[in-house]
Amino acid sequence: MSTNSSQVKVDRVSKVHYSLQGEPLLALVDVTFSVANNEFFSIVGPSGCGKTTLLNLLAGFEEPTRGELCIGSELITAPGWERAVVFQEYALFPWYNVYDNVCYGLKRKRVPETEQRAIAEHYIALVGLRGFEKRYPRELSGGMRQRVSIARALAVNPSVLLMDEPFAALDIQTREYMQDELLKIWEREPKTVIFITHSIDEAIKLSDRIAIMAPRPGRIAEIKSVELPRPRNLADPTMAELAREVKNWLRQHAFETAPA
Amino acid sequence: MTTAAGAAARVGGRAPDRHADPRGSIHATEAAIPMANGDPTPQAIAAIVAELVPRPVPRWRRALSRVAHLWLLVLFLVVWELVSVYGTRIDPDLGVMLPAPTTVISAAVELLHRHVLLTNIFASLYRVLLAVGAATALGVPLGLAMGWSPRFRRAVDPLLEFVRPIPPLAWIPLSILWFGIGNAQIVYIIFLAAFFPVVLNSMAGARDVDAYLVRAGLSLGARGGELFRTVVLPAALPQIFTGMRVGLGIGWMALVAGELIAAPSGLGYMINNARTLFRSDYILLGMVLIGVLGLILDFLMRQIIRLTMPWYHGK
Repeated sequence: MSTNSSQVKVDRVSKVHYSLQGEPLLALVDVTFSVANNEFFSIVGPSGCGKTTLLNLLAGFEEPTRGELCIGSELITAPGWERAVVFQEYALFPWYNVYDNVCYGLKRKRVPETEQRAIAEHYIALVGLRGFEKRYPRELSGGMRQRVSIARALAVNPSVLLMDEPFAALDIQTREYMQDELLKIWEREPKTVIFITHSIDEAIKLSDRIAIMAPRPGRIAEIKSVELPRPRNLADPTMAELAREVKNWLRQHAFETAPA
Repeated sequence: MTTAAGAAARVGGRAPDRHADPRGSIHATEAAIPMANGDPTPQAIAAIVAELVPRPVPRWRRALSRVAHLWLLVLFLVVWELVSVYGTRIDPDLGVMLPAPTTVISAAVELLHRHVLLTNIFASLYRVLLAVGAATALGVPLGLAMGWSPRFRRAVDPLLEFVRPIPPLAWIPLSILWFGIGNAQIVYIIFLAAFFPVVLNSMAGARDVDAYLVRAGLSLGARGGELFRTVVLPAALPQIFTGMRVGLGIGWMALVAGELIAAPSGLGYMINNARTLFRSDYILLGMVLIGVLGLILDFLMRQIIRLTMPWYHGK
């Protein structure tokens, strides 16, 4: 990927968190990478490596202690719809039905009512939930809730879609199904996606590039390209080899750098 | 409770059917299910469902099973009646010490005819609704603001926590001095009783809003008042309603206590007046009415909650 079309730029970002006792903890150190337009970019790493912190910085929920994050030429300073987030636990509004959840961002954007309807119907159909518009989130299964959440994020037409372990709470079958669905949607309507996951298989199946993070302090160890055509089969020898390589690397480094 | 009773009725209702049908349900399930293309046919599924679904229970038995759990209450009333009526043979004073349920009912009819009963009921209801309405109007915004802004909470908390432990009844002498004896004074006492549960529950509701919902709102472009209206308020609503229910319950108790001490009307006044007249049947009637009206108010409150929050399935 050429860097001149890069859309998301993370430039030497460090982040210090404080423990409950007030001790400073280095959550991220000197994280630098860029993501191209319409690229599917995954971030993998063991728990505690700072990947969620990184997503919170990209979303604007937290501010970096040092360094900068940009979308295009705009500095990220606060949350906003141009960086819509899909959360692991869906975070749907229980008091709105499917339709009103999907319309939520459109209403905040002051999109005219008729246009809202057309956009919401389009995305509800895209995630395969036509006929469920009037249902409340608690009436839906986990997979369906996550699809509503994806439709809600896509509806505002963000320049970057941020996904924080979106399928981690789903069972294996639903999870694989949702990965295929996400790829279909992404191929039909290309979009820059930053996808956080702890599953290497998931990252390899979906991404153009994978950033591998190492823990304590959280940092990017390596960025790998996956240049195989989609749909990808994890049983394919090249894929399996890549997965093994990444897993071995992580196994070594996750434990090597971890203080007792 | 009702579902358990219903299940019991259903099991009881099915047992004789198995004997009546010579083939029996066991034979039917053992027989091969007609299949088409590897799946049971719709007719076969319908037949199985028809067999598994219990036959409709007669209406009178359903009605009976719905009130069957009231047997203890009925027994209690019967025993009370018998003790009051036949107990006078042992102790002649018992008729006055413990009027029978039927005596209380005839007292109700008598007071209804004298246009005393409804006047007192409505006087009490008017006061409690006015006071709890005022406590809600002031307490909910205050509580939500405290829950949303830690800085505001820290400022208000000391004042609130200092006033809160003072029982509403301790305010009665001062409030009589301020407002005189009448509606305003009693409404003030009820207001004090209902205000704190409303504030504290609203505060907890706004404070404990799921952080992910707030973040979802922010990342979809909601800000300030809009975020508050679309995320914080609906998320806090169950707690706000809990506060109102508790406030209504405590307010109702404070009302009666206030009316017992000083009031020109109301159920508490009725009880106190009956005491001076030595009419224990009126006293008991007043007590029963307070219980029943409290129950009705809470029931109405629960209905309102159910209708306002169709998405909410908390018990």
